[in-house]
Amino acid sequence: MRQDLTHILRWIKSGASVLDLGCGDGQFLALIQKERRARVMGIEIDPDAITQAMSRGLNIIEQNLDGGLANFPDQSFDMVVMAHALQAVHYPDQVLEEMLRVGRECVVTFPNFGHWRSRLHLATRGRMPVSRFMPYSWYDTPNIHFCTVRDFETLCAHRGIKILGRDMIGGNDQGTSLARRWPNLFATTAIYHISR
Amino acid sequence: MQEHDLGIVSPRIERFEEPLHFTGGGSLPTYELVYETYGELNSSASNALLICHALSGHHHAAGYHSETDRKPGWWNACIGPGKPIDTRRFFVVSLNNLGGCHGSTGPASENPQTGEVFGPEFPQPQVDDWVDAQARLADRLGIHCWAAVVGGSLGGMQAMAWSLRYPERLRHCVVIAAAMKLSAQNIAFNEIARRAIMSDPGYAGGYYLREGKQPTQGLALARMVGHITYLSDDAMASRFGRELQPGSEDDTADGAPQFQIESYLRYQGQQFSSVFDANSYVLMTRALDLFDLAAAYGGDAVAAFAKASCDYLVLSFSTDWRFSPARSREIVDALLAAERPVSYAEIKADEGHDAFLLPIPRYLAVLDAYLKRVEV
Repeated sequence: MRQDLTHILRWIKSGASVLDLGCGDGQFLALIQKERRARVMGIEIDPDAITQAMSRGLNIIEQNLDGGLANFPDQSFDMVVMAHALQAVHYPDQVLEEMLRVGRECVVTFPNFGHWRSRLHLATRGRMPVSRFMPYSWYDTPNIHFCTVRDFETLCAHRGIKILGRDMIGGNDQGTSLARRWPNLFATTAIYHISR
Repeated sequence: MQEHDLGIVSPRIERFEEPLHFTGGGSLPTYELVYETYGELNSSASNALLICHALSGHHHAAGYHSETDRKPGWWNACIGPGKPIDTRRFFVVSLNNLGGCHGSTGPASENPQTGEVFGPEFPQPQVDDWVDAQARLADRLGIHCWAAVVGGSLGGMQAMAWSLRYPERLRHCVVIAAAMKLSAQNIAFNEIARRAIMSDPGYAGGYYLREGKQPTQGLALARMVGHITYLSDDAMASRFGRELQPGSEDDTADGAPQFQIESYLRYQGQQFSSVFDANSYVLMTRALDLFDLAAAYGGDAVAAFAKASCDYLVLSFSTDWRFSPARSREIVDALLAAERPVSYAEIKADEGHDAFLLPIPRYLAVLDAYLKRVEV
């Protein structure tokens, strides 16, 4: 289980209804269902991942997040989750707005481009960083809107999005404690619990 | 025959003496339904799965009728041991709807009240009436609640109608390449098909059997129109392109086929007209036109689905323009708004509407993944 996912779980209440945007093969969604006895649904675009998620008995809708969530009624889920997909959508701000419309609360996780390794890589080599979390070349990456922890919080402030909680993950335990103190420099992954 | 096939299957007939009144008027005092079953019904009758057929389909969904059968049933790709509709788990029931021409009471049957063939006097059934007839067959077979009702195209409409008409009698509803109602374009194609049949001198106002005639050409033409709409432009292009028939350049006789697609459509039309009843075709296309899932709910599909209590799987095919993915998404959106559990996948396929009958790997995988969750 990816580290950010176990962190997300803490913010999901027992018996909640949960929509997972970009749910992949549904492993995490199945865990939420099991651990929180939640009513869950996933949205995914990758055909094989959809089949895998369905084979876990999950309800999955094939849908492109870039097309919006207009088919989901206002406040129809207690929690809308989007893990590591914000950087891959065409209009991240609009997807956030849609999440907050559909869900009473939301959790978003994304890779922090402000991490010192990214900065160092760019500063010293003058090239886009490639890492375990961002294993793509600049031209063939699904990640088209990288941001930093500070960028995200600025967006939230501009759009009146409430940050109910946040957590940061570093590369290891030491990295995580550094990340919690100086997130923009040391967080590899940022986790935000937000609402309107 | 392959090891995943059902082998030899045989149809059965149930006779019903209790009158069936149709939604749009008219009734049948008695009638027969012909059906096939595959697999074994378990002791609690919890593993029964109903297959609803499309426009020209019937009870023979899978397996072969004899050792010399050239082709298996129409949905052999999906039904059988180890296939998505796994006959080792499910007891599968497939019937020929009322008004059909493959054994169930239809326009070519004898009207017991007159002793003559029904012909055009056969009452017009609608999707709800078929569902009622299927429910009576279920009663007869000792099935109170279907594990799933499954159908493609017109069959998908029946599956949806089941979920609204008898919400407590199915646990899962699988709707493939269908729509909540036809578009004007769809109705237009059906009307052309009916005109083709009715304007054939052999139709004789629908009394062709009494008069010893057959509207063969009209029925073939109707099928040709339909067939075009079931294929995609790309599928036709890749299969036939603009290839000429061998020798056709030398053959300038009036009306002789020149392109392979012409020859193919003529062959399909002729084949169809030799096995299908013209009045059945008229009646089945009308049932398609008349279907409107939300009509009884003030046109509100969300209010309609709020009545349902089953889980849904909705599937569409990317190149299907007769029942496009957009029509399937309307179903999904209404189900989401009604807070029904629903899964949806759009299968990438080149074959157009016909894709729902074909062994497309992702299609079979999704259907299989979904049906595995159905408890029996």
